[in-house]
Amino acid sequence: MILYILLIIMIIGAIAAVQMQDLISAVIAVGAVGLALSIAFLVLKAPDLAITQLVVEILCLIILIRATLKKDLPFSTSGRWFFNTLVVAVFTVTFLGIGYYCLKDLPVFGQPIMKVANIYLETGLSKTGASNLVAAVILDFRAYDTLGEATILFTAVIGVIAIMRRVGRKKVGEEVEEDE
Amino acid sequence: MNNKKEAAVPDPNKGMTIIVKTITRLTVGLILLYGIYILSHGHVSPGGGFAGGVIVALSFIHIMLAFGKDVALKKLSMRAASFFESLGALLFLLIAVIGFTGGSFFLNFFADKGEPFKLFSAGIIPLCNIAISLKVGAGLFSIFVILVMLKFTVDGKKGN
Repeated sequence: MILYILLIIMIIGAIAAVQMQDLISAVIAVGAVGLALSIAFLVLKAPDLAITQLVVEILCLIILIRATLKKDLPFSTSGRWFFNTLVVAVFTVTFLGIGYYCLKDLPVFGQPIMKVANIYLETGLSKTGASNLVAAVILDFRAYDTLGEATILFTAVIGVIAIMRRVGRKKVGEEVEEDE
Repeated sequence: MNNKKEAAVPDPNKGMTIIVKTITRLTVGLILLYGIYILSHGHVSPGGGFAGGVIVALSFIHIMLAFGKDVALKKLSMRAASFFESLGALLFLLIAVIGFTGGSFFLNFFADKGEPFKLFSAGIIPLCNIAISLKVGAGLFSIFVILVMLKFTVDGKKGN
Protein backbone atom coordinates (compact mmCIF):
# COMPACT_ATOMS: atom_id res chain seq x y z
CA MET A 1 0.00 0.00 0.00
CA ILE A 2 2.66 2.48 1.02
CA LEU A 3 4.59 1.41 -2.04
CA TYR A 4 1.76 2.53 -4.32
CA ILE A 5 1.55 5.87 -2.51
CA LEU A 6 5.27 6.34 -3.09
CA LEU A 7 4.93 5.42 -6.75
CA ILE A 8 2.12 7.94 -7.18
CA ILE A 9 4.27 10.61 -5.48
CA MET A 10 7.11 9.79 -7.87
CA ILE A 11 4.84 10.07 -10.92
CA ILE A 12 3.47 13.41 -9.68
CA GLY A 13 7.02 14.63 -9.05
CA ALA A 14 8.15 13.61 -12.52
CA ILE A 15 5.20 15.37 -14.16
CA ALA A 16 5.85 18.45 -12.02
CA ALA A 17 9.51 18.42 -13.05
CA VAL A 18 8.51 18.55 -16.69
CA GLN A 19 5.81 21.18 -16.25
CA MET A 20 7.68 23.61 -13.95
CA GLN A 21 8.38 27.04 -15.37
CA ASP A 22 11.83 27.63 -13.87
CA LEU A 23 14.75 25.23 -13.79
CA ILE A 24 15.42 25.21 -10.04
CA SER A 25 11.86 24.11 -9.23
CA ALA A 26 12.21 21.36 -11.80
CA VAL A 27 15.47 20.21 -10.21
CA ILE A 28 13.83 20.15 -6.77
CA ALA A 29 10.98 18.08 -8.20
CA VAL A 30 13.49 15.59 -9.62
CA GLY A 31 15.04 15.43 -6.17
CA ALA A 32 11.64 14.61 -4.68
CA VAL A 33 11.34 11.71 -7.14
CA GLY A 34 14.72 10.40 -6.03
CA LEU A 35 13.93 10.67 -2.32
CA ALA A 36 10.63 8.83 -2.81
CA LEU A 37 12.52 6.12 -4.69
CA SER A 38 14.94 5.86 -1.76
CA ILE A 39 12.05 5.38 0.69
CA ALA A 40 10.55 2.82 -1.69
CA PHE A 41 13.80 0.82 -1.52
CA LEU A 42 13.59 0.99 2.28
CA VAL A 43 10.01 -0.29 2.20
CA LEU A 44 11.14 -3.16 -0.02
CA LYS A 45 13.82 -4.01 2.61
CA ALA A 46 16.84 -3.02 0.55
CA PRO A 47 18.78 -0.63 2.81
CA ASP A 48 21.97 -0.86 0.73
CA LEU A 49 20.19 0.46 -2.33
CA ALA A 50 18.37 3.06 -0.24
CA ILE A 51 21.64 4.52 1.09
CA THR A 52 23.25 4.52 -2.34
CA GLN A 53 20.19 6.08 -3.99
CA LEU A 54 19.99 8.77 -1.30
CA VAL A 55 23.61 9.88 -1.51
CA VAL A 56 23.77 9.72 -5.30
CA GLU A 57 20.54 11.70 -5.48
CA ILE A 58 21.97 14.39 -3.19
CA LEU A 59 25.14 14.58 -5.27
CA CYS A 60 23.23 14.81 -8.55
CA LEU A 61 20.93 17.44 -7.05
CA ILE A 62 23.88 19.56 -5.91
CA ILE A 63 25.52 19.27 -9.31
CA LEU A 64 22.28 20.11 -11.12
CA ILE A 65 21.49 23.09 -8.87
CA ARG A 66 25.05 24.31 -9.22
CA ALA A 67 24.79 23.99 -12.99
CA THR A 68 21.37 25.63 -13.31
CA LEU A 69 21.69 28.33 -10.65
CA LYS A 70 22.45 31.20 -12.99
CA LYS A 71 21.12 29.74 -16.20
CA ASP A 72 17.37 30.04 -15.89
CA LEU A 73 16.23 29.34 -19.41
CA PRO A 74 12.47 29.37 -19.71
CA PHE A 75 11.60 27.63 -22.92
CA SER A 76 8.44 27.97 -24.93
CA THR A 77 6.23 24.95 -25.38
CA SER A 78 3.45 26.80 -27.09
CA GLY A 79 2.75 26.36 -30.77
CA ARG A 80 2.58 22.70 -31.69
CA TRP A 81 0.89 21.54 -28.53
CA PHE A 82 -1.73 19.46 -30.38
CA PHE A 83 0.91 17.53 -32.34
CA ASN A 84 3.09 17.07 -29.24
CA THR A 85 0.21 15.81 -27.12
CA LEU A 86 -0.89 13.44 -29.87
CA VAL A 87 2.62 11.98 -30.20
CA VAL A 88 2.92 11.54 -26.43
CA ALA A 89 -0.47 9.85 -26.21
CA VAL A 90 0.21 7.48 -29.11
CA PHE A 91 3.61 6.44 -27.79
CA THR A 92 2.34 6.01 -24.22
CA VAL A 93 -0.49 3.74 -25.36
CA THR A 94 1.83 1.79 -27.66
CA PHE A 95 4.51 1.19 -25.04
CA LEU A 96 2.02 0.32 -22.31
CA GLY A 97 0.32 -2.16 -24.63
CA ILE A 98 3.56 -3.80 -25.75
CA GLY A 99 4.83 -3.79 -22.18
CA TYR A 100 1.71 -5.48 -20.89
CA TYR A 101 1.89 -8.09 -23.64
CA CYS A 102 5.59 -8.80 -23.05
CA LEU A 103 5.67 -8.72 -19.27
CA LYS A 104 2.52 -10.64 -18.39
CA ASP A 105 4.47 -13.89 -18.15
CA LEU A 106 6.83 -12.54 -15.53
CA PRO A 107 6.77 -14.22 -12.11
CA VAL A 108 4.81 -12.61 -9.28
CA PHE A 109 6.41 -9.70 -7.46
CA GLY A 110 8.70 -11.01 -4.73
CA GLN A 111 9.03 -14.51 -6.17
CA PRO A 112 12.04 -14.47 -8.45
CA ILE A 113 12.49 -16.94 -11.27
CA MET A 114 16.25 -17.18 -10.69
CA LYS A 115 17.01 -20.16 -8.50
CA VAL A 116 20.65 -19.12 -8.01
CA ALA A 117 19.61 -16.51 -5.44
CA ASN A 118 18.63 -19.25 -3.00
CA ILE A 119 22.10 -20.77 -3.25
CA TYR A 120 23.64 -17.36 -2.53
CA LEU A 121 21.39 -16.97 0.50
CA GLU A 122 22.19 -20.41 1.85
CA THR A 123 25.95 -20.55 1.30
CA GLY A 124 26.89 -16.88 1.26
CA LEU A 125 27.86 -16.54 4.90
CA SER A 126 29.89 -19.74 5.04
CA LYS A 127 31.65 -19.18 1.72
CA THR A 128 32.57 -15.51 2.02
CA GLY A 129 32.30 -14.73 5.73
CA ALA A 130 30.44 -11.48 5.00
CA SER A 131 27.31 -11.01 7.04
CA ASN A 132 25.96 -8.43 4.58
CA LEU A 133 24.87 -10.67 1.73
CA VAL A 134 24.61 -7.79 -0.72
CA ALA A 135 28.33 -7.16 -0.27
CA ALA A 136 28.95 -10.89 -0.58
CA VAL A 137 27.14 -11.02 -3.91
CA ILE A 138 28.48 -7.85 -5.52
CA LEU A 139 32.08 -8.26 -4.36
CA ASP A 140 32.54 -12.01 -4.29
CA PHE A 141 30.05 -14.03 -6.32
CA ARG A 142 29.53 -11.35 -8.95
CA ALA A 143 32.72 -9.34 -8.55
CA TYR A 144 33.38 -9.46 -12.27
CA ASP A 145 30.20 -7.40 -12.85
CA THR A 146 31.40 -4.90 -10.25
CA LEU A 147 34.70 -4.61 -12.11
CA GLY A 148 32.79 -3.73 -15.28
CA GLU A 149 30.73 -1.18 -13.37
CA ALA A 150 33.87 0.39 -11.93
CA THR A 151 35.32 0.54 -15.43
CA ILE A 152 32.21 2.35 -16.66
CA LEU A 153 32.56 4.99 -13.94
CA PHE A 154 36.29 5.36 -14.63
CA THR A 155 35.61 5.83 -18.34
CA ALA A 156 32.87 8.36 -17.59
CA VAL A 157 35.18 10.44 -15.39
CA ILE A 158 37.93 10.33 -18.00
CA GLY A 159 35.44 11.37 -20.68
CA VAL A 160 34.12 14.33 -18.68
CA ILE A 161 37.63 15.54 -17.88
CA ALA A 162 38.78 15.09 -21.48
CA ILE A 163 35.84 17.04 -22.89
CA MET A 164 35.89 19.86 -20.35
CA ARG A 165 39.59 20.48 -19.82
CA ARG A 166 40.89 23.84 -20.77
CA VAL A 167 42.93 22.72 -23.78
CA GLY A 168 39.80 21.38 -25.45
CA ARG A 169 37.97 24.68 -25.14
CA LYS A 170 40.57 27.16 -26.39
CA LYS A 171 40.14 29.06 -29.58
CA VAL A 172 42.37 28.55 -32.62
CA GLY A 173 45.81 30.04 -32.08
CA GLU A 174 45.17 30.90 -28.43
CA GLU A 175 47.77 29.88 -25.88
CA VAL A 176 46.27 28.43 -22.73
CA GLU A 177 48.20 27.18 -19.72
CA GLU A 178 46.97 24.13 -17.78
CA ASP A 179 46.65 25.22 -14.19
CA GLU A 180 45.37 22.09 -12.61
CA MET B 1 38.72 22.29 10.38
CA ASN B 2 41.92 23.45 12.02
CA ASN B 3 42.86 27.02 12.60
CA LYS B 4 45.88 27.20 10.32
CA LYS B 5 43.79 26.32 7.28
CA GLU B 6 41.14 28.83 8.30
CA ALA B 7 43.71 31.58 8.62
CA ALA B 8 44.90 30.78 5.12
CA VAL B 9 41.54 31.60 3.56
CA PRO B 10 42.42 34.38 1.15
CA ASP B 11 39.12 36.22 0.88
CA PRO B 12 36.52 36.10 3.67
CA ASN B 13 33.85 37.32 1.27
CA LYS B 14 34.34 34.27 -0.95
CA GLY B 15 31.84 31.44 -0.59
CA MET B 16 28.67 31.56 1.43
CA THR B 17 27.77 33.51 4.59
CA ILE B 18 29.36 33.18 8.03
CA ILE B 19 26.46 30.99 9.24
CA VAL B 20 27.03 28.42 6.52
CA LYS B 21 30.78 28.51 7.08
CA THR B 22 30.44 27.90 10.82
CA ILE B 23 28.01 25.02 10.38
CA THR B 24 30.23 23.55 7.67
CA ARG B 25 33.24 23.72 9.97
CA LEU B 26 31.31 21.73 12.57
CA THR B 27 29.70 19.13 10.33
CA VAL B 28 32.16 18.37 7.56
CA GLY B 29 34.41 16.23 9.73
CA LEU B 30 31.42 14.22 10.90
CA ILE B 31 30.30 13.68 7.32
CA LEU B 32 33.77 12.45 6.36
CA LEU B 33 33.85 10.11 9.37
CA TYR B 34 30.40 8.77 8.51
CA GLY B 35 31.54 8.07 4.97
CA ILE B 36 34.57 6.19 6.26
CA TYR B 37 32.31 4.23 8.62
CA ILE B 38 29.92 3.31 5.79
CA LEU B 39 32.71 2.13 3.51
CA SER B 40 34.66 0.21 6.12
CA HIS B 41 31.60 -1.58 7.50
CA GLY B 42 30.22 -2.43 4.08
CA HIS B 43 30.48 -6.17 4.71
CA VAL B 44 28.72 -6.23 8.08
CA SER B 45 26.01 -3.59 7.68
CA PRO B 46 24.20 -1.84 4.84
CA GLY B 47 26.35 0.50 2.85
CA GLY B 48 29.43 -0.41 0.91
CA GLY B 49 32.14 1.10 -1.17
CA PHE B 50 29.99 3.04 -3.59
CA ALA B 51 27.82 4.80 -1.00
CA GLY B 52 30.78 5.46 1.29
CA GLY B 53 32.82 6.90 -1.55
CA VAL B 54 30.00 9.22 -2.54
CA ILE B 55 29.65 10.44 1.06
CA VAL B 56 33.39 11.11 1.26
CA ALA B 57 33.18 13.06 -2.01
CA LEU B 58 30.17 14.96 -0.66
CA SER B 59 32.18 16.11 2.36
CA PHE B 60 34.75 17.73 0.07
CA ILE B 61 31.98 19.17 -2.12
CA HIS B 62 30.48 20.59 1.08
CA ILE B 63 33.72 22.46 1.73
CA MET B 64 33.75 23.69 -1.84
CA LEU B 65 30.17 24.96 -1.70
CA ALA B 66 30.72 26.78 1.59
CA PHE B 67 34.25 28.16 1.25
CA GLY B 68 34.80 28.39 -2.50
CA LYS B 69 36.98 26.28 -4.72
CA ASP B 70 40.36 27.50 -3.55
CA VAL B 71 39.99 26.14 -0.02
CA ALA B 72 38.61 22.82 -1.23
CA LEU B 73 41.34 22.39 -3.83
CA LYS B 74 43.90 23.12 -1.13
CA LYS B 75 42.56 20.18 0.88
CA LEU B 76 42.30 17.81 -2.10
CA SER B 77 43.91 19.03 -5.27
CA MET B 78 42.95 17.86 -8.73
CA ARG B 79 46.24 16.03 -9.03
CA ALA B 80 45.60 14.14 -5.79
CA ALA B 81 42.05 13.34 -6.89
CA SER B 82 43.19 11.83 -10.17
CA PHE B 83 45.94 9.93 -8.33
CA PHE B 84 43.43 8.45 -5.88
CA GLU B 85 41.02 7.52 -8.63
CA SER B 86 43.67 5.68 -10.59
CA LEU B 87 44.95 4.10 -7.38
CA GLY B 88 41.48 2.81 -6.54
CA ALA B 89 40.94 1.31 -9.98
CA LEU B 90 44.35 -0.35 -10.03
CA LEU B 91 43.92 -1.63 -6.47
CA PHE B 92 40.61 -3.25 -7.38
CA LEU B 93 42.17 -4.87 -10.43
CA LEU B 94 45.17 -5.96 -8.38
CA ILE B 95 42.94 -7.70 -5.84
CA ALA B 96 41.23 -9.44 -8.74
CA VAL B 97 44.49 -10.56 -10.30
CA ILE B 98 45.96 -11.79 -7.00
CA GLY B 99 43.11 -14.30 -7.07
CA PHE B 100 44.98 -16.08 -9.84
CA THR B 101 47.45 -17.30 -7.21
CA GLY B 102 44.63 -19.55 -6.02
CA GLY B 103 43.42 -20.38 -9.50
CA SER B 104 40.67 -18.00 -10.51
CA PHE B 105 39.80 -14.35 -11.08
CA PHE B 106 38.44 -12.57 -7.97
CA LEU B 107 39.17 -15.52 -5.74
CA ASN B 108 38.61 -14.79 -2.07
CA PHE B 109 42.21 -15.69 -1.39
CA PHE B 110 42.33 -15.42 2.38
CA ALA B 111 42.37 -18.89 3.90
CA ASP B 112 40.95 -17.62 7.18
CA LYS B 113 37.77 -15.67 6.45
CA GLY B 114 37.54 -14.48 10.04
CA GLU B 115 34.60 -14.49 12.34
CA PRO B 116 31.34 -13.22 10.80
CA PHE B 117 29.84 -9.97 12.09
CA LYS B 118 33.31 -8.69 13.00
CA LEU B 119 35.08 -5.81 11.27
CA PHE B 120 38.03 -7.91 10.18
CA SER B 121 36.23 -10.65 8.33
CA ALA B 122 35.06 -11.64 4.86
CA GLY B 123 38.47 -11.83 3.19
CA ILE B 124 38.84 -9.53 0.21
CA ILE B 125 35.46 -7.79 0.48
CA PRO B 126 36.60 -4.93 2.78
CA LEU B 127 39.67 -4.38 0.60
CA CYS B 128 37.48 -4.19 -2.50
CA ASN B 129 35.19 -1.76 -0.69
CA ILE B 130 38.13 0.52 0.12
CA ALA B 131 39.38 0.41 -3.47
CA ILE B 132 35.94 1.16 -4.91
CA SER B 133 35.36 3.99 -2.47
CA LEU B 134 38.68 5.63 -3.38
CA LYS B 135 37.76 5.38 -7.04
CA VAL B 136 34.17 6.60 -6.69
CA GLY B 137 34.94 9.41 -4.26
CA ALA B 138 37.84 10.87 -6.18
CA GLY B 139 36.06 10.41 -9.50
CA LEU B 140 32.85 12.17 -8.49
CA PHE B 141 34.78 14.95 -6.76
CA SER B 142 36.81 15.58 -9.91
CA ILE B 143 33.65 15.59 -12.05
CA PHE B 144 32.19 18.24 -9.74
CA VAL B 145 35.37 20.33 -9.81
CA ILE B 146 35.53 20.15 -13.59
CA LEU B 147 31.88 21.23 -13.94
CA VAL B 148 32.42 24.14 -11.53
CA MET B 149 35.49 25.30 -13.45
CA LEU B 150 33.62 25.09 -16.75
CA LYS B 151 30.83 27.23 -15.32
CA PHE B 152 33.29 29.85 -14.11
CA THR B 153 34.99 30.23 -17.46
CA VAL B 154 31.71 30.27 -19.34
CA ASP B 155 30.40 33.05 -17.15
CA GLY B 156 33.63 34.93 -17.67
CA LYS B 157 34.53 35.60 -14.05
CA LYS B 158 36.91 33.95 -11.64
CA GLY B 159 35.78 33.23 -8.13
CA ASN B 160 32.45 33.40 -6.30
